[in-house]
Amino acid sequence: MFGWIIKRDLLLAMRRQSDVLTTLFFFIIVVSLFPLSVGPEMNMLRTMAPGVVWVAALLASMLSLGRMFSNDYLDGTLEQMLLSPQSLSLLVLGKALAHWLVTGVPLVLMAPILGIQYDLPAEALYVLTTTLLLGTPVLSLIGSIGAALTLGLRGGGVLVSLLVLPLYIPVLIFGAGAVEANMAGVGFNAHLSLIGAFLLVSLVFAPWATASSLRVSLE
Amino acid sequence: MLQGINLACIRGDRELFKNINFSLEAGGLMQVHGPNGSGKTSLLRMLCGLSNPAAGEIHWCGTAIRSLDGDYFAAVTYIGHLSGTKDDLTVIENLCISSALAGFEISVDQASEALKYMGLSERESLPVKVLSQGQRRRVALARLLICKTPLWILDEPLVALDVMAVKLIQGLLEQHLQQGGLVVMTTHQEIEITTAPVMQLQLA
Repeated sequence: MFGWIIKRDLLLAMRRQSDVLTTLFFFIIVVSLFPLSVGPEMNMLRTMAPGVVWVAALLASMLSLGRMFSNDYLDGTLEQMLLSPQSLSLLVLGKALAHWLVTGVPLVLMAPILGIQYDLPAEALYVLTTTLLLGTPVLSLIGSIGAALTLGLRGGGVLVSLLVLPLYIPVLIFGAGAVEANMAGVGFNAHLSLIGAFLLVSLVFAPWATASSLRVSLE
Repeated sequence: MLQGINLACIRGDRELFKNINFSLEAGGLMQVHGPNGSGKTSLLRMLCGLSNPAAGEIHWCGTAIRSLDGDYFAAVTYIGHLSGTKDDLTVIENLCISSALAGFEISVDQASEALKYMGLSERESLPVKVLSQGQRRRVALARLLICKTPLWILDEPLVALDVMAVKLIQGLLEQHLQQGGLVVMTTHQEIEITTAPVMQLQLA
């Protein structure tokens, strides 16, 4: 059941690769714009790198939130999922996981390469990738709540960013903070633990909140 | 088996219907009639548990469906206006996945047998987006062959179907009713069910 929904969403993503690629290229371009516009001042680039990469990851992940449920809503498959005897929360968790595999994982894989543009040392690149690996699933999970709440609304795309971006702030602070802490020579384990805690909390609560929002949105 | 008690539906500040009462027993078919906008689809969505009635209760085997939750969903197959198929997936993938999500995991052979019955055997590996309206409808209705649930709720199942397909669906309905299943449906087309009592529900 859980496997079927992931398989389905991954299959759909394969058939529509342009959707996946636009998100990834958006991330690449936004991250690359900063060194080009700020100039080759190494120290400044190094300081701003974690923040820029994280903000770009937030925006890229949000860009694809609209598609998470809206296509299924329009063709009636979401309706059928709501009528499934299986737990809707579990289905939603599957969809969020598929969303992360399709949009989050490519960002995580690209991050170390993009970090080189900012002259980040090897260890900082490693920390950046680890924080993104822990943090991007949180973005998909929290984002699913916003996507479900704005389902079927006009102008839902803008509304979803207003709803979801404030909720992303804690992850952003600790994600970028971990890399800065590492470059400053201080330990970054506390930051990672906190992002891990966010991940666990959102794994438990986000699917439930999303499932309830979907039931309201489809009524 | 399926009972509606004093059901009412309000959309915005307009009352679509109120005081709807019915009781449908095993092997019975209820046809919901009414002009456009009289709340047929709203009633069917209530009966599936997709939306809550503004007043009244729906009972399944004597228990309110609100407290049954997943157990009730396991007993219902709903086919609505929307086909519930993904354009980018092939016909057979659509059937396998939608059945699995409804709790009936099937093999590829079972799926192609159902599609053959629905007259789609030559199109099973085509993406749904290239099919005609009627063919999409057939893909959606193929689920009825697989999901062996006691209660079918069908919203205009015959729209866009040709004469042959309408006959096919009639046969399916009769067979389902003979096996003690229940059907609630709306249709503007005439159907002839001779083997079971047909109850008519008129919405104003």
